[in-house]
Amino acid sequence: MTRRDAGPRSIASRLVDSLTENRWIGLAGLAIALLAPFVNATPYAISVMTSAAIFVMLAAGLNIVVGYCGLLDLGYAAFFAVGAYTSGVLSTRFDLPLVATLPAVLVATVIAGVVIGAPTLRLRSDYLAIVTLGFGEIIRITATNLDVTGGPSGIYGIPGLAGDRISFYYLTVLVVAVAVVGAARLGRSRLGRAWRFVREDEDAAEAMGVHTYKVKMAAYIAGAIWGGLAGVLFAAHLSAIAPSSFTFLQSALVLMAVVLGGMGSIRGVVIGAVIISLLPELLRDLADYRFVAFGVLLIIVMLVRPQGLWPARAREAARSTAPREAVR
Amino acid sequence: MTQLVWNGLFVGSFYALVALGYSMVYGIMKLLNFAHGDLYMLGAFTGFAVLGAAGGVSVTMALPLLLLVLVLTMGTTGLAGVLLERVAYRRLRGAPRLSLLITAVGASFALEYGMRAAAGADPRVYPVRLGGTSLEVLGARVTLQQLALVGVAVVLMVGLNLLVTRSREGRAMRAVALDPRAAALMGIDVDAVIARTFFLGSALAGAAGVMAGAHYGKIDFMMGFLIGLKAFTAAVIGGIGNIPGTMLGGLLLGLLESFGTFWLGGEWRDVFAFGVLILFLTVRPTGLLGERVTERV
Repeated sequence: MTRRDAGPRSIASRLVDSLTENRWIGLAGLAIALLAPFVNATPYAISVMTSAAIFVMLAAGLNIVVGYCGLLDLGYAAFFAVGAYTSGVLSTRFDLPLVATLPAVLVATVIAGVVIGAPTLRLRSDYLAIVTLGFGEIIRITATNLDVTGGPSGIYGIPGLAGDRISFYYLTVLVVAVAVVGAARLGRSRLGRAWRFVREDEDAAEAMGVHTYKVKMAAYIAGAIWGGLAGVLFAAHLSAIAPSSFTFLQSALVLMAVVLGGMGSIRGVVIGAVIISLLPELLRDLADYRFVAFGVLLIIVMLVRPQGLWPARAREAARSTAPREAVR
Repeated sequence: MTQLVWNGLFVGSFYALVALGYSMVYGIMKLLNFAHGDLYMLGAFTGFAVLGAAGGVSVTMALPLLLLVLVLTMGTTGLAGVLLERVAYRRLRGAPRLSLLITAVGASFALEYGMRAAAGADPRVYPVRLGGTSLEVLGARVTLQQLALVGVAVVLMVGLNLLVTRSREGRAMRAVALDPRAAALMGIDVDAVIARTFFLGSALAGAAGVMAGAHYGKIDFMMGFLIGLKAFTAAVIGGIGNIPGTMLGGLLLGLLESFGTFWLGGEWRDVFAFGVLILFLTVRPTGLLGERVTERV
């Protein structure tokens, strides 16, 4: 069922392949992001683009958990919230610059990842989905109830990371680019191969000596760190955070971006995140039906094109398909 | 004290009704139907629409009318559940589990925001409100209507249990839950059995939705989200896939919440419930009455 069996491929599909598999495509994307302010630099446009970049980082983080390792996390906004609140609380209470809160953010997100991952990663993957959903709610409700997090109205007056909007945008783009490349490199590492093995067949992976629990935990914690750091950017961007930013809707949108773009395909996920975060700006008039469309789209993607818009190409395919076909 | 127990049992009977559908669907096709809570929401809104169409209701007629609405709603949500299975789940039955979970999330999303687009984002006030005469039972204040609702819930649950344990249909369901392939080889129409299971589970959720609407008086498009989570918690506590266990789990969760609210304050109620869920998954993931299942490769 591979493409090779279909005989000689048309020029068009080869052209598409050479474009989508081009190694410079990532740099081209970065260049577009860096040049965008020269096209339109209104404060509104910059703000939208900054949010989109932060969203890309979230999607790259969730892609590690869902795309590489196949663990469905429905409470990803919780890590986003942990990062944003840790940096927000520390920087406003103790007058720290935001950069100085980063170690605390890392510690807090890793703890959150371990607390939620340790009991559930031993179980079947669908338990994880619903426990993370509950965890997302726990974090949001806790932030609403506690005094130190400012209750329902949240925290305001969080210091920024860079002077003006434009330089913060560039900083965000660079951080996000590093995060995306980092996620991609992780996916190609020894650990990344173990993640994909676990995704494809957990029992076989276990039998081959992969410590699946540890490997899944690593994916989960990596996802938590990416989410937490995106939260810091988010807090710096808006300078105010409230529990209403971290609802299930946010988690679902990130998941949508990953699924739409192609689970496990870092390029697809970046494109998916850009589409999901910019689409609402273009479809303002359809606000009521937007989320209905997202839900229906999730189902359709899964039914019709489960690999997403821009799927990851299996690197091992060239070697492994031929013998497998022969055995059958 | 007895008041707390009564409140817990009352809320717990709602949880149990919703959890049953969760548990049955999980038992038969190992799918967590995230949209299940939204079928409860759909039930509440269907009941709302039917009651609105029926016009003004006198207080004495409220209960019989509500029972009629209950039956109508159960039919509607049941069919909605069957439709959901047909459109979103059936084609993916052989696909990786992640795909099914994601379509379930998509279905939940589409139902929630579809209802928001149809009925608006603001909460609706239920036309029938069950208040009324209260009795003193062992120091707890109990209204007759609460008793009636619990009675309906118990009847539905007993009926379901009889259906599953005594009837031909129930035997087919249990067979499919044990081994779909072997069941198909024995001449059971697996698709039809799964559709029926969805019908039953969704109908129970719809019934719970109407009852909750009549009891709390207010419904909104997100009401199914939290109850879906709670129902899952209840199912896990009792042992997911196990029908008596799920009922027990629902009542137990209601009691735990009732006491948790008393000790910690209402704003921590949901956190407490999810804390219990995580604790249970750590200590006894198969639940109180669930059997230890070894995963087959």
